[in-house]
Amino acid sequence: MSMEIAIPKPVERENYLNKEYGVWSWLLTTDHKRIALLYLISITFFFFIGGFFALLIRLELLTPAGDLVQADTYNKLFTQHGMVMIFFFLIPSIPAVLGNFLVPMMIGAKDLAFPRINLLSWYLYIIGGVMMLHCMLIGGVDTGWTFYAPFSTNFTNSNFIEAGLAIFVAGFSSILTGLNFVVTIHRMRAPGLTWSRLPLFIWAHYATSIIQLLGTPVIAVTIVLVAAERGLHLGIFDPKLGGDPLLFQHLFWFYSHPAVYIMILPAMGVVTEIIACFSRKRIFGYSFVAFSSIAIAVFGFLVWAHHMFVAGMSVYAALVFSFLSYAVALPSAIKVFNWTATLYKGSIHYDAPMLYAFGFLGLFTIGGLTGLFLAALGIDVHVTDTYFVVAHFHYIMVGGAVMGYLGGMHFWWPKISGRLYPEGWARLAALIVFIGFNLTFFPQFLLGYLGMPRRYYDYSHMPEFQVLNVLSTAGATVLGVGYLLPMVYFLWSMRYGKPASDNPWNAAGLEWKTASPPPTFNFDEEPIVTWEAYNYEELDAPHKQEVPVAR
Amino acid sequence: MPDSTAVGLHHEEQHHPELLHHFADPQQQRDASSLGMWVFLATEIMFFGGLFCAYLIYRRWYFGDFAAASKSIDMALGATNTAVLICSSLTVVLAVWAAQTARRTLLLASLAITMLLGLTFLGIKGVEYKQKFDEHHVPGASFSFDHEEIPGHPGQYANPAHAQIFFSLYFVMTGLHALHMIIGLGIFLWLFLAAWRGRFTPEYNTPIEIGGLYWHFVDIVWIYLFPLLYLIDRHA
Amino acid sequence: MLNNFPLWPQQASTLAGRVDALYIFLLIVCGMMTLLVFAFVVFFAARFRHRPGVRAEQIEGSTALEITWSAIPFVIFMVIFAWGAVVYFKERTPPADATEVYVVAKQWMWKLEHAEGQREINELHVPVGRDVKLIMTSQDVIHSFYIPAFRIKQDVLPGRYTVEWFRATKPGVYHLFCAEYCGTQHSGMVGDIVVQEPAQYEAWMNGGSTGPLSASGEKIFAELGCATCHRNDTQGRGPNLQGVFGKPVQLEDGRTVNADENYLRECILDPGAKRVKGFQPIMPTFQGLVSEEQVNALVAYIKSISPAKPGEGAKTSAKGAAPLAPQEFRPNGSQVQ
Repeated sequence: MSMEIAIPKPVERENYLNKEYGVWSWLLTTDHKRIALLYLISITFFFFIGGFFALLIRLELLTPAGDLVQADTYNKLFTQHGMVMIFFFLIPSIPAVLGNFLVPMMIGAKDLAFPRINLLSWYLYIIGGVMMLHCMLIGGVDTGWTFYAPFSTNFTNSNFIEAGLAIFVAGFSSILTGLNFVVTIHRMRAPGLTWSRLPLFIWAHYATSIIQLLGTPVIAVTIVLVAAERGLHLGIFDPKLGGDPLLFQHLFWFYSHPAVYIMILPAMGVVTEIIACFSRKRIFGYSFVAFSSIAIAVFGFLVWAHHMFVAGMSVYAALVFSFLSYAVALPSAIKVFNWTATLYKGSIHYDAPMLYAFGFLGLFTIGGLTGLFLAALGIDVHVTDTYFVVAHFHYIMVGGAVMGYLGGMHFWWPKISGRLYPEGWARLAALIVFIGFNLTFFPQFLLGYLGMPRRYYDYSHMPEFQVLNVLSTAGATVLGVGYLLPMVYFLWSMRYGKPASDNPWNAAGLEWKTASPPPTFNFDEEPIVTWEAYNYEELDAPHKQEVPVAR
Repeated sequence: MPDSTAVGLHHEEQHHPELLHHFADPQQQRDASSLGMWVFLATEIMFFGGLFCAYLIYRRWYFGDFAAASKSIDMALGATNTAVLICSSLTVVLAVWAAQTARRTLLLASLAITMLLGLTFLGIKGVEYKQKFDEHHVPGASFSFDHEEIPGHPGQYANPAHAQIFFSLYFVMTGLHALHMIIGLGIFLWLFLAAWRGRFTPEYNTPIEIGGLYWHFVDIVWIYLFPLLYLIDRHA
Repeated sequence: MLNNFPLWPQQASTLAGRVDALYIFLLIVCGMMTLLVFAFVVFFAARFRHRPGVRAEQIEGSTALEITWSAIPFVIFMVIFAWGAVVYFKERTPPADATEVYVVAKQWMWKLEHAEGQREINELHVPVGRDVKLIMTSQDVIHSFYIPAFRIKQDVLPGRYTVEWFRATKPGVYHLFCAEYCGTQHSGMVGDIVVQEPAQYEAWMNGGSTGPLSASGEKIFAELGCATCHRNDTQGRGPNLQGVFGKPVQLEDGRTVNADENYLRECILDPGAKRVKGFQPIMPTFQGLVSEEQVNALVAYIKSISPAKPGEGAKTSAKGAAPLAPQEFRPNGSQVQ
């Protein structure tokens, strides 16, 4: 009797988590889902390191005087905060965790096209990460994450070469992930899954991968040049030899501007899935949302010099880059309008993933619109290199990308872990993150327009900036709590959470048509797709709760 | 498209030994590998593209100095190396053809000659580097490029600082190219050993094909490097 | 703490009002766009919340709507773009008769030298209502000369001049910040811009000057033996420098360049790069032999002997620099445009 009850329990079903045990079954796995979890653990580790640095930065800025840490320490804190958060958290976050886990499943494939390269890219990430940690432990780097020449090549006393190589290695990890996605999406789609039937999450990842593939090599070669100039005394950016430090900035931003889209595009993909599911609707203007991702990827490569309006560039070049920056704003605006329109006549549920999606929508809108300020040449001169910029890109990257990432983690957590997270706590965390975020970063817009330059550790010359800084620091502590909460209850749910059904949200998409957690090769039977994406009409049809997986 | 009802047993019966579990059929696997290499080469183009961009900007600014610096490089060595690489591209093509038509001896010989040509290239490159080192043309503390006349402008000397930029680019570009050659040699050694064990058949020879693609790419980069670095203003 | 809590920066230059006007316009436009999106989201979220038995209505999309909400923002964007560009061109075009101040940045201080000869560190005295042009260069890394109350900022690069200008409108003391991260004491690289009434400014000017900058330049010119070749007639082995500033110069390789500050600077530090037509490449480089301040003095001197403005040399014409703004120039480039 008891045996009979025990057998059908979902946890007993063979899946990717319980198929094998032991350290090596994880460290040598080629299963994209296990690799996604390896990434999840590693990026969470780096997220909290970067977050800890951020908290120290905010604490230092609580008072105008530089009293918590020394100037050099502060410079290293913001440098390492930037490098860790960008290269070791944000860039891998959604693609390498959620993308890795979901891209093959969403297109009905058994794995990514190159499973061993996928594992290799995790190891490259780890090697880069260990180098970065080592670099921090032996003293850290103080170049700013932008490592402008000639400061990074000829002046800083810190160990830039190691940090640069860490980014170089992590960059290859990013390239290989992108390569895997592009080939997988092109070649491994299930029968019947045409491009126009792809979930928009896939379109977003496709666009992201293109940027990773074409942008990352440029930062790689730039790092090689800086490291060679520093280590071997070559002269390429050295003004003393007639070299041009602006060339460095052009090469740097050629990658580092599109890199912003590496961070935000996948989050847009996540939010699109969530909004469709919790509105129970097909996404409004599917093809416009899909092609706006591609448009962002393409235009994203043409706007890099808008970071250099006061760098000493020609006024005419500035004009062109300002214009193109408005061009790249359009596809983002189109996405926001389409998400909003999707809500119209929907049947909206307020589960935690949707709360994060709402949060994303609000914060991304503010972040995007403040981008219009920065693209306006006359205003940019005043606010560039101030806290206005800091606030703007945190609204995009933290308010946008991290909100999207957390929303996605909640949405797919039942699929990943086979357990349900505690809904009440999750809604509370979403609220805390939203409030904490705004309290942290909204005052920084005001600080920026007042003229407080970024990367200042001591503002005793201008104590009038203190009130806003205090608000910001207070917000940061709230935000910290908001980020710790999900980690705690996700861990809790792995042991105590209720087992999840295959499709707890009754969501569309192939990933929900297999078990939770899925078997090693994702599907027991190879799916054949006969329906359009987001077929919530059929899913919610009164007498038909499940559409057959295959026929 | 694969037979959709095919699962488990059915597949294993006619499974080619080289077909990986997650591909539906060998055709899909071949397409994926080849697309993967093409995409990778696109990233390589961007990698070298950054360098070419830097080169072109400085060459436009400091043309005379670049011409003078370029003249100090041994064009004969560079030309020989160009010939060596073009020959190696031929042997790579032969290797692919031999693999597709099951000519084992030709396959092994082509792979071996390709590696030999690759090593020759690196050897000549080493000689060239040695020359530059002896002439104090390696950027750094002991760099010297005094009283080198700008071609076509008698009595006018190149600015050593700008020449140093040229040599910096020269060493970075040829150095990274040589690094790609070394990686290529590693790939071809692996291909050679696999071919020796008889792994490649007319049905399965994708590694040779995509290894060959990589090799051709490295050759093509050189085809651009050679005129840009060795042949500036040679008519003068 | 709370009684000193500004939410809007001081307005103390002619540019500040222009920038603020655009900023306020953007605040209104973007505020409205934000409110519009938020209103729709909140309204839809409340109106179409899940009710048992009510199903969502599937809508494929609407090309007409897509075009509308692409076209309207695009038009608004273009207005912002054009307005921003107009303000920017104003910011980037120094008036021809501006008073000149030479700025040398180094880790971590600002060294300023008025054309009249006054030197200051981390402090700049300027009169109300006069155009001031800053000709800036750096001794080491990149810095950025930022005066929030004037809404101006310009990176200061090693190896070349960049310029910015302002006209102060209100007496007072304003912040000067370095806005480009430059190392350990980046946040200590701050100073004050002291804007004075003309009378006060004149009084300040008359105290402690060592003579005009161009005079020290003339001295250096003599000490370095420049005058041996650069004679005041056509017999010198180098070009006659009288009146050369601001004029087009024929080069040996056939090109023509404008003799602006960056060109003069380059000729001193890298004479071979842009040699004047008809002269032999015999001038030695002064790279490493003269300091940035001495280069500035020499440039000021050569500008002062331009016939357009003979005599004092305190206020030299920069008209010639207009067609090609200095920031468009490449460092020591021998092949510009």
